[in-house]
Amino acid sequence: MESRFRIFLLRSMLALAFMSLLSGCSWVRVDDAPQDDTAPVISPDLERRTVSEADIDSEDFEVGAFVGVMSIEDFGTNVVYGARGAYHITEDFFAEAAIGRTKAGDTSYETLSGGARVLTDSQRKLTYYNLSLGYNILPGEAFIGKGHAFNSALYLIAGVGNTEFADDSHFTVNVGAGYRFLVNDWVALHLDFRDHIFKSDLLGKDKTTHNLEGTAGISFFF
Amino acid sequence: MYACTVARGISQLRVLVIVLLLQALLARQAFSEEQLVEVVVAAPYLEMHTGPGRGYPVFHVVDRGETISVLKRRTNWFRVRTAKGKEGWVKRAEMEQTLTPAGDQTRFAEANIGDFSKRRWEAGVLAGDFEGADMITAYAGYAMTANFSAELSVSQVFGNYSDSVVGRVSLLAQPFPEWRLSPFFSLGTGIIYTDPNVTLVDESDRTEQIGSVGVGIRCYLTRRFLLRAEYRNSVIFQDKDDNQEINEWKAGFAFFF
Repeated sequence: MESRFRIFLLRSMLALAFMSLLSGCSWVRVDDAPQDDTAPVISPDLERRTVSEADIDSEDFEVGAFVGVMSIEDFGTNVVYGARGAYHITEDFFAEAAIGRTKAGDTSYETLSGGARVLTDSQRKLTYYNLSLGYNILPGEAFIGKGHAFNSALYLIAGVGNTEFADDSHFTVNVGAGYRFLVNDWVALHLDFRDHIFKSDLLGKDKTTHNLEGTAGISFFF
Repeated sequence: MYACTVARGISQLRVLVIVLLLQALLARQAFSEEQLVEVVVAAPYLEMHTGPGRGYPVFHVVDRGETISVLKRRTNWFRVRTAKGKEGWVKRAEMEQTLTPAGDQTRFAEANIGDFSKRRWEAGVLAGDFEGADMITAYAGYAMTANFSAELSVSQVFGNYSDSVVGRVSLLAQPFPEWRLSPFFSLGTGIIYTDPNVTLVDESDRTEQIGSVGVGIRCYLTRRFLLRAEYRNSVIFQDKDDNQEINEWKAGFAFFF
């Protein structure tokens, strides 16, 4: 009885040893096999996952619309509306393109004189476009109540562009500052103040005019 | 009449905003269904900031060995989510101290001077002087080889007596594309449309041909940005009298991709 058990044990150990030897051999064989194009003995069912930059959604662009008031020097203040797009170059700098539209009111002279008109209705339309570079000077967080923090930034911005007013194009420099309040990662609210500076000879002599604009807007990062 | 235009403009704007909103929402939804990129923290710890900027405070630290999902990128910052659902912003340098699921180091390419030499597309804005008048120019170019590129530009000129729009096609030769300060030569032709100011009488709009030769320099700044300055000597081929010669100086910034 005891010897039979011993034989069984021995046999099983032998079998195990033989199997391990075989498998060992097979491993060695696989390892030593020349690199030919025979099918692999084991084809691992494992997908090799790599990190591709293209798979990460990049959100450096911003588009939006704004509405506000714009004062045209000598021509009063009116509603202005427009659209803007921005590209965030770094965490500090961004490039912005904007287009806006407003309408000139009456000059004091026109109001006082009664019927005299300096410009026709179609000449009173003002359209501007500009390309500017902005710098986030004071990035920070704004707190609402106890449990909410929102990212925000105060930025300085300046650029060049064109203002079409009174059937004339004017080379325009714009400078200003704005406040960007991020509702979440991709929706931002803006408050923006800009001075559009251009030369005008509309009222007889050449002068530099300052046209102030204050707007509120919303934009989306994509 | 005007009110009508404004109303139409505003309603168009409204439609645009709604469409954009919807598009953004749909894109978001589609994105959230996609498989996110996952990386494993390999440095002793990874700092998560509340915003995509160096000043925003660190509010959470991810330990070595933890897996994080990358949600999006803004400039040099990545929004990530930990396994426990915490979301925050991590800067690129720290993201490069993570491993891919395959065990390799994560790399995020950033444009450098090598890409500047091998750029294909370039677009920019220049401002300057067009024979005494202010001018702004927007341009886009495509490099056929490292040395030659074709460019399309539109300029607006704001003169005292007239305003002009210039549309031009140019061929640019760049003998040393690998230099950080790289000079170039240009040869261009196009049309100039001149609109005399309303205060002057008896002048009508006119369109003439313009040809120009020039020299300039590009200076690689950082990432995908460059500064550019150039001089062009242009000739306007006028119908009525002698050709007009124009000296044109301008400078500005551009980006390439």
